[in-house]
Formats: sequence, C-alpha cells, structure tokens
Amino acid sequence: MSKLLTSFDSAIQQIEDGATIIVGGFGLSGIPEKLIIALRNKGVKDLTIVSNNCGVDDWGLGLLLENKQIKKMIASYVGENKLFEQQFLSGELEVELVPQGTLAERLRAGGAGIPAFYTATGVGTEVAKGKEHKEFDGRTYIMEKGIVGDFAFVKAWKADHFGNLVYRKTARNFNPVVATAGKVTLVEVEELVGTGELDPDEIHTSGVYVQKVLVGNDYEKRIERLTTANA
Amino acid sequence: MTRQLILERAVKEIKDGMCVNLGIGMPTLIANMIPNDFNVMLQSENGLLGIGPYPQKDEVDPDLINAGKETVTAKAGASFFDSAESFAMIRGGHIDLAILGGMEVSENGDLANWMIPGKMVKGMGGAMDLVQGAKRIVVIMDHVNKHGESKVKKSCTLPLTGEKVVHCLITELAVFQFTDAGMELIELQNGVTLDEVKSKTEADFTISPSIEIKA
Repeated sequence: MSKLLTSFDSAIQQIEDGATIIVGGFGLSGIPEKLIIALRNKGVKDLTIVSNNCGVDDWGLGLLLENKQIKKMIASYVGENKLFEQQFLSGELEVELVPQGTLAERLRAGGAGIPAFYTATGVGTEVAKGKEHKEFDGRTYIMEKGIVGDFAFVKAWKADHFGNLVYRKTARNFNPVVATAGKVTLVEVEELVGTGELDPDEIHTSGVYVQKVLVGNDYEKRIERLTTANA
Repeated sequence: MTRQLILERAVKEIKDGMCVNLGIGMPTLIANMIPNDFNVMLQSENGLLGIGPYPQKDEVDPDLINAGKETVTAKAGASFFDSAESFAMIRGGHIDLAILGGMEVSENGDLANWMIPGKMVKGMGGAMDLVQGAKRIVVIMDHVNKHGESKVKKSCTLPLTGEKVVHCLITELAVFQFTDAGMELIELQNGVTLDEVKSKTEADFTISPSIEIKA
C-alpha cells in the first residue's frame, strides 16, 4: 500500500483546533514549507507548535503567526521574528524556551518511548526551575520529559512509497527526530522514487515512522543569511 | 581593534586535530584565522562537522547552512547528522572546545550570554548544551560594557547560561583561567597594565606568578 497522497489540503484535513504539531527544520532550512502553507490555508487555531525556530515574518512558521493560529510555541530560538515579539508581549502567545539539544533529545525520547531523561543542560539556570534534580557520580542533572505530538511535519529530500526517507545536507537537522515523535507523521519531499530504489544502507528515516508522503514542487528554500566568499 | 586583539588571542586556544564549536557572532570570525596546516573540524550544531569556507556565488546551497543560518560549504572529511546526534556529540563530551561570546562572566566561572531581562527573549539556542557538554569552554567578550562597567563580575546579574562552566576568559585587556582554586589572571594583553585590569574588573582574582614578575 502506497502512503502517497496528492493533495496537501487533504493530508492535513484531520488536524483540528488545539492540536500539537511538531515541525522539522532549522531556521528556514529543511522546513516543510508546503504543509505549513496548507495549515495556514486551513486556518485551524490554538495550535501548540514544537519547532526549533518560528520562521520569519512572512515565511515558514511565521505564516501561522501572521494568521494568529499559534497559542503556544516550544522552541530554542525565536529571535528572527517581529510578529513573534508583538504577540508574545501582548500575551497572545505562550512560549516555552528549551535548550536546543534538550529539545532534540526530548523529541528523540518521545519517539523512542522514553518518558523522561536526565541532562546537565540547564542546571543552575531558569530552565531548571521546578524540575527534578538528581545526582549521578557527583554531577547534578535535571529531568526533562519526552515530547510526542498529535502530528509531525517533516521535510525530506527523497522518499519511496513506503515512506523511507533520505535528507540532504544540513536540511536534515531536526527532521529525523520530528518524524519519530508524531502520532501521525506527514512528510513532504522533493522527489518520490520507487520502492526498492533507495539503498537500504543510505536510508536516514525508516518508513515505519511515516504515515503519509507528499511530493512538493518548486521549493522556494529561502535563505536567511546569504553569505559568500569575499563578501 | 579590540575585537581583533581578542580574536587573535582566542585562535591560539585551537590546537591541531581538535573538533571545535564556534558560537554565533564574534566567535565565528575565528574560523578564518585557524592556521592552514591545522586539521581542525568545526562543528555546526544544526548537523555538520567539518564546516568549510563560505561558498562562491555559484556554490550557494540553501540546504547547507551553519548554526548562524549563513550559507557555508562542507570540507573534505565532513559529515552530516541530525540535531539529536549533534547534541549527543556535544553533551557526550566529544567536542574538544567551544568558543562562545559572553555578556557577563563571574569569578566562579558562571556565564550569562542569552537573555537580558526586560528585553525581548530570543532563546538560548544551543548555548546551554554547549557549556555543559564541550570539554573546554572559552568565552570571548569586551572587558567592560558601553557604560564602562565591568562585565567580569563577582556574580552575574543576568540570567545564567551555566554555572561554573567557563575554563578561560579572553578580553581585550587580559586572559583569565578558572580552576577549583578560583579565577586567575594569566596574561595581560599587549600594552595593558595590571592596574588597568584591576580597576576594570569587579571580580576577585589571583594573579599568576609570571605576571607578578613582569609587573
């Protein structure tokens, strides 16, 4: 059975107000740009979004901010976005800041059936407030909980019909852990190949984690900071 | 001018064969100063070990960026990985050195570099993971703020990134190291007097015998 869907709108049809959605990408690199646009068009509200960043004012997750669809944002860095600042300061938007490595591990743990883990990251800082502290071999750690989302939005380079995925360069970033942490994982790719065409040794994410695959055209892949030699 | 002084001293912390994470902003500039004959792998926490130079115009690839979201290249021997593995490298102590910017450093090695209360909170990114995980933490920053107040504190006034995490602090005036014995002045930058460092440093520190002799 193929997991291929042709319509982004129908792929997100079951997403309702109040859903928790985990979104791959780092900055604007490796973001599921078509799924985000479809979600913006659907207009569902009061979403909890888990993603390392929140896009820029007019692209990526910034589109959902513009449309006031996000109730709570769980992220490690949100500094590229004026809309974010306005909505945060006016109290419309709730924010949970999580250290980047802790965020990645919370998603990995969530996807791997691990409810919580201990890390030294954040000990002695505001991040540690209210969390269980425990000492192992003389060093103090805090407990962090795994994250599971109602949906996960993933961007990969290639997929086959089973949903086996290959990412490209640093567009991989959070996508593989995001793929594991959704109850329903939707993946958009630049290229669909026949099952058996991907070398099993080269597959980054097994199709077991993937419920639906969509092929996007004309990827914009916006660059946040174009930097070249001699610039 | 002061920036160049800080960067030139900071690059000396990088030894041949190291895997190094350079923080966003001023630390990123150190990349261009690493001696050509060194085999150093620079890590970018979004999933690249082996950052190469900035691309030529026709090489620009939106799928290849660094943690500062700048377009980069990958050098020979580079590897790509996901964010969880990237921070496993960091948290697991596999990165030899991280050079990070700072807002305040205290005499017991606390670092504050992510948030100013009352201003918009942008987030800590990977800084809290790096300070706990990398084997050695070097902080580079100006010695005083724009009002002339010492950024080298008895205790930090800004929210912390990590407690007792700094191993070495490099400013335009001096270099300090932090051990269980406390904070020690180990070098004066060229032309800087011990008196100047003392007057511009709020923190209590001891002075390395090698400096006492010169002074």
